[in-house]
Amino acid sequence: MLRGVSKHFGDHAAVREVDLDIARGEFFTMLGPSGSGKTTLLRLIAGFEVPDAGSISLRGVDVTNRPPYQRGVNTVFQDYALFPHFTVAGNVAYGLRVRKVARSERESRVRAALEMVRMTEFADRKPAQLSGGQRQRVALARAIVNEPEVLLLDEPLGALDLKLRQEMQVELKRIQRQIGITFIYVTHDQEEALTMSDRLAVFRDGQIEQIGHPVDVYEQPATEFVAGFVGTSNVITTQHGRAVLRPEKVELSTGSVAADREGAAGHVADVAYLGMVTRYTVQLDDGRLITAVQQNRSTDGEHGRFAPGDVVTASWNVADAFPLKTMSATEIQ
Amino acid sequence: MSDRGLRQRVGAALWRRPWLRGVLTLSPPLLWFLVIYLASLVVMLVTAFFTVNSLTGNVVYQWTWSNFSQILTQSVYGSIILRTLLMAIAVTITDILLALPFAFFLAKVVSRRWRQLLLGLLLMPLWASYLAKVYAWINILSNKGVLPGIESKLGIPPTHIAYTNIAMWIVFSYLWLPFMIVPIYGAFERVPDSLLEASSDLGAGSWITFRWVLLPMVLPGIVAGSIFTFSLTLGDFITPLLIGGSNSDFIGNAIYDSALNGGNLPFAAALAFVSIAIMAIYLLLARFAGAFEAL
Repeated sequence: MLRGVSKHFGDHAAVREVDLDIARGEFFTMLGPSGSGKTTLLRLIAGFEVPDAGSISLRGVDVTNRPPYQRGVNTVFQDYALFPHFTVAGNVAYGLRVRKVARSERESRVRAALEMVRMTEFADRKPAQLSGGQRQRVALARAIVNEPEVLLLDEPLGALDLKLRQEMQVELKRIQRQIGITFIYVTHDQEEALTMSDRLAVFRDGQIEQIGHPVDVYEQPATEFVAGFVGTSNVITTQHGRAVLRPEKVELSTGSVAADREGAAGHVADVAYLGMVTRYTVQLDDGRLITAVQQNRSTDGEHGRFAPGDVVTASWNVADAFPLKTMSATEIQ
Repeated sequence: MSDRGLRQRVGAALWRRPWLRGVLTLSPPLLWFLVIYLASLVVMLVTAFFTVNSLTGNVVYQWTWSNFSQILTQSVYGSIILRTLLMAIAVTITDILLALPFAFFLAKVVSRRWRQLLLGLLLMPLWASYLAKVYAWINILSNKGVLPGIESKLGIPPTHIAYTNIAMWIVFSYLWLPFMIVPIYGAFERVPDSLLEASSDLGAGSWITFRWVLLPMVLPGIVAGSIFTFSLTLGDFITPLLIGGSNSDFIGNAIYDSALNGGNLPFAAALAFVSIAIMAIYLLLARFAGAFEAL
């Protein structure tokens, strides 16, 4: 779909020779820190920016030089970009009015789209009278009512609070399954990316560090950057080289390391009670710091089992330490 | 009681009564507004119902509609009012048409650095005296001026627009243009770029985006600007005097004549009342058009 796409702003290379294939009907997430080029790439796909090099095609048709409205894509904007002087229904109908869809068809499609996002009862309100989550739904309805082949979402849940964000994540997945179109989703929230995506790409400095299924990206990060950005992780040195060890795979005990496990002794440096889990920072005797996360399984305050200063043994399955490949291209630079 | 204790007690009393703070803050300007502005307006309106003894020149304090019936029945005043009104409308429309692309360019196209420079240039004519600008236009338009010079160089027949209503229209449109551009520019600036992208994303070309998204959103700015251009034109009497030549009197000129040359203050007051009435009707129309809903 994308071949060698690059975009520069002045001297700054926002997107550098990205190749990317996204399957039809896929929920594809572009994950990365701010300034990693993910939003620029989305805007290139949308047609708001023109690439300096490379080509973008949709279903085998080259759309690189076409304006946004001749691409079969629609965008859900980060700030929703609702038209303040139109009602909810007026906003949703906008694209259909522009394309001169007949009134009766227009009305039924607007109704269906509002039903899809559960906003039917708000059809006559103005955007200013809606909450953030409701505006988000209207923005979604306004895009999908046009039946695009690809829906582009630019951090659509960024402005919502945690609870609402989790609700909308479920909603978005439901809607995507229901209408079966391709979603390309931009976010800097790794949890959101892991929850929703069929596949995700981790961006760094305008390039893709890793593409894969959420489980693969989390359990088998290709680079240290991916390991650090998607979840938290320990990077340890084994006899085979450097490896990633997820904190929830590290077990803390008072005994010695079991024969089939790897591990080291140390003492607890810091304890953070996070509700569902407790996070320990352990200072190993050889000087390394390692993070371990233990589930709080009982209600009797078991999290207090270890206190700062306690002598503990941190151990893990040899197979859980995933060896890092050679350093990524960006690291060599 | 110590001075400090009193100050604290006054401060506390004010803190407990927010309305009192409001009253104390507003009362000096409010007093000024009531005495100088509203009171003199009332005096003027009352005066409009008196007459002047034509022999002695003294004001006759007797309620009468005669000033107003004179304005309504004498055709000379009808044509003066109509001329003033049409000119104010023409200038306003011209400035809206000129200001829209100007303001859009300033707010949405140029870079930040250029924007500041261009805004500075735009406001610079306001530093120059009104009279200097009007005389500059006399130099451009008059028979030995710049425009006829260019016309003769190009071999075009001279247009002779000096001292006509067309000359007035050009000069007014020039004079009040910044007052139209600035509020429309402000309105354009408040429209987020993402709305324009969203419109394009949904299939709209430039014209539909302008007509359906931009124009409704900058309408309050247009109305604000038109209140300036309309009222400034309506109240002017210098440009008609200097640029307009014969048959170009405005309401302002008629007021000037009857107040200072004719010594008929009540009649001048009645004419001024006409200006105020036109402006009031204009504001009401703008209100009904929904132009103030966004304020």
